[in-house]
Amino acid sequence: MREPVLNVNNLGIRFGGLQALDDFNIHVNNNEIVGLIGPNGAGKTTVFNLLTNVYAPSRGSINIEGVNTMGSRTHGVTKAGMSRTFQNIRLFKNLSVIDNVKIALHNGIRYSFLESVFRLPSYWKQEKKATEKAMELLSRFDLDRHADSIASGLPYGAQRRLEIVRALATDPKILLLDEPAAGMNPSETAELMANIRKIRDDFHVAIILIEHDMSLVMGICERILVLNYGLIIASGTPEQIKNDPAVIEAYLGQQRGE
Amino acid sequence: MMNIRFKSTKSRYILNAAAVLALYGVLYAMIENGILNRYAAGLLMTAGYNIILAVSLNLAAGFLGQLPLGHAGFMSVGAYASALFTLGLEMDGAVEFPLALIIGGLVAAVFGVLIGLPALRLSGDYLAIITLGFGEIIRVVILNLSFTGGAFGLQGMKRYSNFTNIFIFAVITLFVISTLIKSRHGRAILAIREDEIAAEASGIPTTYYKTFAFAVSAFFAGVAGGLYAHHLCILDPSTFGFMKSVEILVMVVLGGMGSLIGSVVAAFGLTLLPELLREFAQYRIIVYSLLLVLVMIFKPSGLFGRYDFSLGKTVDDLFIKLRAPNKKGGA
Ligand SMILES: Nc1ncnc2c1ncn2[C@@H]1O[C@H](COP(=O)(O)OP(=O)(O)OP(=O)(O)O)[C@@H](O)[C@H]1O
Ligand SMILES: [Mg+2]
Repeated sequence: MREPVLNVNNLGIRFGGLQALDDFNIHVNNNEIVGLIGPNGAGKTTVFNLLTNVYAPSRGSINIEGVNTMGSRTHGVTKAGMSRTFQNIRLFKNLSVIDNVKIALHNGIRYSFLESVFRLPSYWKQEKKATEKAMELLSRFDLDRHADSIASGLPYGAQRRLEIVRALATDPKILLLDEPAAGMNPSETAELMANIRKIRDDFHVAIILIEHDMSLVMGICERILVLNYGLIIASGTPEQIKNDPAVIEAYLGQQRGE
Repeated sequence: MMNIRFKSTKSRYILNAAAVLALYGVLYAMIENGILNRYAAGLLMTAGYNIILAVSLNLAAGFLGQLPLGHAGFMSVGAYASALFTLGLEMDGAVEFPLALIIGGLVAAVFGVLIGLPALRLSGDYLAIITLGFGEIIRVVILNLSFTGGAFGLQGMKRYSNFTNIFIFAVITLFVISTLIKSRHGRAILAIREDEIAAEASGIPTTYYKTFAFAVSAFFAGVAGGLYAHHLCILDPSTFGFMKSVEILVMVVLGGMGSLIGSVVAAFGLTLLPELLREFAQYRIIVYSLLLVLVMIFKPSGLFGRYDFSLGKTVDDLFIKLRAPNKKGGA
């Protein structure tokens, strides 16, 4: 059964004189993987920043499983079931790998300030559960042996995986991945991309995937949106996108310009 | 073979409690026997509330990652609130004093929330400026109100503070803040220091936790103020000026932002140092500034960096080290 988890209508934002995004619509179903592609500066990351309210949209509506998250703070959006990774990795650098994950488990842990100060049984019980949950997630991404290392000491590829683990720890219904393979070597990239469908199946999440490289998304996504200069210029199956003259023009235009 | 291990949390608690009791016992005996004279005992008590001030400021500065410049303001609010409380009531000291300290802490915490809420919504520099302004405004307000005694200050408080209760409150402060740091609330506070946007994206309500950390920090500054008020038994608004805030900040920076043991050692050292260099008393501020400059040049993260002291682990390591040569000898 496919039901919509995310409905976005007419989203837009201006930065000074620049209309970075305009009239953006997207509807994502349960367990669907949607690709968001486009040349440099097309507005892809801006879409994620608006969806998670890192920037307040100038207009539009955002709906996560029937909950209107327009105007919610970012943590409210996360609670409503949407979590994300960042294009330029934003880990809690000086904290341990496991603490990075346990921070994202925050809302799943329920003990109060006084319960933790007095170290009551509920504190111990829930901390233990959180540690187990974090370790389980870390081992799923082959990071368990790094659990006690400082996050900034991880190799680049592992940092990107840790961001995904952290996003999954918030128990999302929809996961936003912003160029998760950027900076990875080809074998890491291939492994990650092969993993994305499994993430969807294991965690029952819908995924919006931003990726620069068109050929990479083609294999994974069921549906693709193409952005250029803040506007959707095409949307459809990978087959349709591949042959869309506007898309070819946008990508060729960029190559000519470079 | 001896097999002392402090792996389990229970044994660590017992070890820590024993160490704290032992330290208390030794110091108390030294004061009682006159090994430490009245002057030295007084210094020890000053060091005690300076430790509370530094450790509590470290929560906001080292762990939350903000730069509050008005910690002495919270201290003065707590000092005056608790002094007015004990002055206005005729109660048994054993009831009155703890109550007065808690009231001093709570009033300071309320001010912490009132200052924190608007200031923390803005980014770093604004908070420094707003807290700096708050510290000065509080001083001027106290100076001009009649029930605070104005420029004459308050006097007539009973000398309730003694080595024992200052020691107890210093231990409570350390205990509460170190356990707080190791809870989900503490992790939320650390996450904000590391990356506010990522913290929000991980589901942390950052404004709430910033205000919360700020209030807890102010609470203990208020308690320290209460201890101070009932130790000197005279309050003079000019002692809570900007320089006092800077003095506390220097302790935190010198010890290491985010290191509780660092704050304890630095607060202790910076209480004693000016006394040891009596003839240089008027150069105290210069010494502080110099120390700060030297730390920034040679060890910007402070003496202890973000080092977390754990007695259990230290003892464990010691046993491992002691055992290693024994084994070699036996083989
Ligand atoms: N905070 C901001 N203030 C001003 N302009 C911005 C801001 N954020 C993004 N922009 C501009 O909006 C446009 C879209 O940026 P965005 O980061 O969304 O692009 P992108 O598609 O993610 O590009 P890339 O593939 O390089 O990551 C760019 O022109 C960028 O310079
Ligand atoms: Mg981008």
